[in-house]
Amino acid sequence: MSSPERWSQPQPSGAPAATAAAPTAEQVIAGLRATSEGGAELVQLLTPEGERVDHPDFHIDITPDELRGLYRDMVLVRRADREANALQRQGQLGLWVPLLGQEAAQIGAGRALRPTDMAFPSYREHGVAWCRGVHPNEIVGMFRGVDHGAWDPVAKRFHPYTIVIGNQCLNAAGYAMGQRFDGKVGDDNGEATMVFFGDGATSQGDVHEAFVWASVYDAPLVFFCQNNQWAISEPTERQSRLPLYQRARGYGFPGIRVDGNDVLATLAVARWALDECRHGNGPVLIEAFTYRMDSHTTSDDATRYRLSTEVEEWKLKDPIERVKAHLSRNGFADHDFFDGVQAEADELAAVLREHCVSLPEPPPSRMFDNVYAEPSPALQAQQAEYETYLAGFAGGEH
Amino acid sequence: MAAPTMHRSTDTPSAAPQTITMIKGLNQALRTSMERDPKVIVMGEDVGKLGGVFRVTDGLQKDFGEQRVLDTPLAESGIIGTAIGLAIRGYRPVCEIQFDGFIFPGFDQIVSQLAKLHYRTQGRIKLPIVVRVPFGGGIGAVEHHSESPESYFAHTAGLKVVACSNPVDAYWMLRQAIECDDPVLFFEPKRRYHEKAELDLSVAPQPLFSSRVLRKGSTATIATYGPMVRTSMDAAIAGAEDGLDLEVIDMRSLSPLDLGPVYESVRRTGRLIVVSEAPGESSIAAEIATKVQQECFYSLEAPVLRVTGFDTPYPPAKLEENFLPDLDRVLAAVDRSLAW
Repeated sequence: MSSPERWSQPQPSGAPAATAAAPTAEQVIAGLRATSEGGAELVQLLTPEGERVDHPDFHIDITPDELRGLYRDMVLVRRADREANALQRQGQLGLWVPLLGQEAAQIGAGRALRPTDMAFPSYREHGVAWCRGVHPNEIVGMFRGVDHGAWDPVAKRFHPYTIVIGNQCLNAAGYAMGQRFDGKVGDDNGEATMVFFGDGATSQGDVHEAFVWASVYDAPLVFFCQNNQWAISEPTERQSRLPLYQRARGYGFPGIRVDGNDVLATLAVARWALDECRHGNGPVLIEAFTYRMDSHTTSDDATRYRLSTEVEEWKLKDPIERVKAHLSRNGFADHDFFDGVQAEADELAAVLREHCVSLPEPPPSRMFDNVYAEPSPALQAQQAEYETYLAGFAGGEH
Repeated sequence: MAAPTMHRSTDTPSAAPQTITMIKGLNQALRTSMERDPKVIVMGEDVGKLGGVFRVTDGLQKDFGEQRVLDTPLAESGIIGTAIGLAIRGYRPVCEIQFDGFIFPGFDQIVSQLAKLHYRTQGRIKLPIVVRVPFGGGIGAVEHHSESPESYFAHTAGLKVVACSNPVDAYWMLRQAIECDDPVLFFEPKRRYHEKAELDLSVAPQPLFSSRVLRKGSTATIATYGPMVRTSMDAAIAGAEDGLDLEVIDMRSLSPLDLGPVYESVRRTGRLIVVSEAPGESSIAAEIATKVQQECFYSLEAPVLRVTGFDTPYPPAKLEENFLPDLDRVLAAVDRSLAW
């Protein structure tokens, strides 16, 4: 079951794939290994033990200062993520979508982007948001129910979170087509776009269509798939027979699997992919092989569908610990540095909490704002009628 | 936006009035819009070399190039979804959906993203996208080629929905829709594509999102749009021979609805018949009827009646004459109203 050959064999004619029944635990594990195991093609530059390794195709020159910066980014976004998770548990947020475990994938990709690039997130990209200058304060409002995201997507070049799975891949493909039409690709100063989605999204028609559009229009678009092994409760086996990065070949562009828990490898691969796009050689698919350490959202219970041994195994591949080990082992950082970052993270969390709990209730009129760019008389009348109705309570007993 | 843009379109009266078909009107609107604004692009299946399955985009790719007239891959979600990205980038895409029944693969992008991004971003993202949809039956087509899906979109906040009924409106309404900063679903009655009218560019157009009284009358009011405008006008002419003096209003804009002229008319005639070939259940026709009974209750001499397609899937072509409202069904409804 787990041999690579099994996946290249044609199915017997007339025999449907044996996917009708729910998979057993053994099948799930076999599927994970077959479709999701790192494998020989996994790009890694920093082992889980924190040792630098070489890769024949991907190199990165990075200073200790830059390394410390990546570490800081990851610690801060994890701390903000944990604080938001706690805020949900305390009833301050209606929902939270945890990024725990995916910090390296998101910081590696996010730090590869330049200010002139554009990013289209799904809804878990709090780390990418951080790299685009979007403060966690600007994110929590949508999970508290006061807005649909407070940041300016034009100024930050970071699109609104997209909840419907895969929609953003087509929007990103169109944006990248525009970059090409505008003559913004072709040299080192070129622009590129990166779109973020998960392993489950690869089953969506929109993602397929985005692969088609990006390839036939040579769009400068990096598809960044965070394969965190689970689409809520569905394992990668339920999405694909093949490792996801191999799908790119069918569309005629490169697909690369990178260790998504390795911030250096992710940064190196993302930089390379964006550079390909800048020079007009895009698109590229990156499969960041990672793991969602927490549940899908705070509404989910991951213990119902995955084994604790699997979680324990992935804890050993923690993206932050390996950078910390590397920094310590090589004398690039000391206790003061780590304590300082932790203190900064705690301060960020405190700011986030204070901001979240003090967010004002939006006025009812907000509901009617910006439905249209050019006002609709009927909607204006509806708003006026409702405001008159509300005004009727003012000063009265209710 | 300081002022609505919908009144912006005016043409210098350089050309003499010309007799055009609706297809020519649409084609000319696209051409003029593309000439005036380099950000206007046309995209869809077969819109380039072929000129569109109805030839609405005929000759545009030859003159504007493949980067402004995009022959896209064959997927409607892809057309709408990439148009959204292009609009965020500053373009003003005009998407062609080949037939009404093919818009549903693009439905998700239209209602989930196109309709809502302006709202979600508190106005920071504008999506000036036009989605052109040849719609309705009467051409003997196979299934999925004759449907009237406009109510799905009128039901979704954030979209504007219009339907033209004649070549002159086709020209001006498309020009104005392209200039509008909101997404516009633009429905074109394909059975009227080859009908002709005189287009005089020196005559200023009326605002896009407004209805128009086509025929004054005193017996009863008919409110209609798209392909049924012609049918309703024919009914009014035939009814005149029987002494009926019917007022006919072309709604033109389905979302927002411009009901002022309808209210004014019903207050005079006391009777309203809404004519549409879409199935009547939960439809534009239902919305018009509801609003009129709310606003004109004491003026009504009879209940508002609807003449619509039946609440069935669109039937095989040999049955479409039974499905589509015709002159007789319209007049029968007028008789029922008068008999109340």
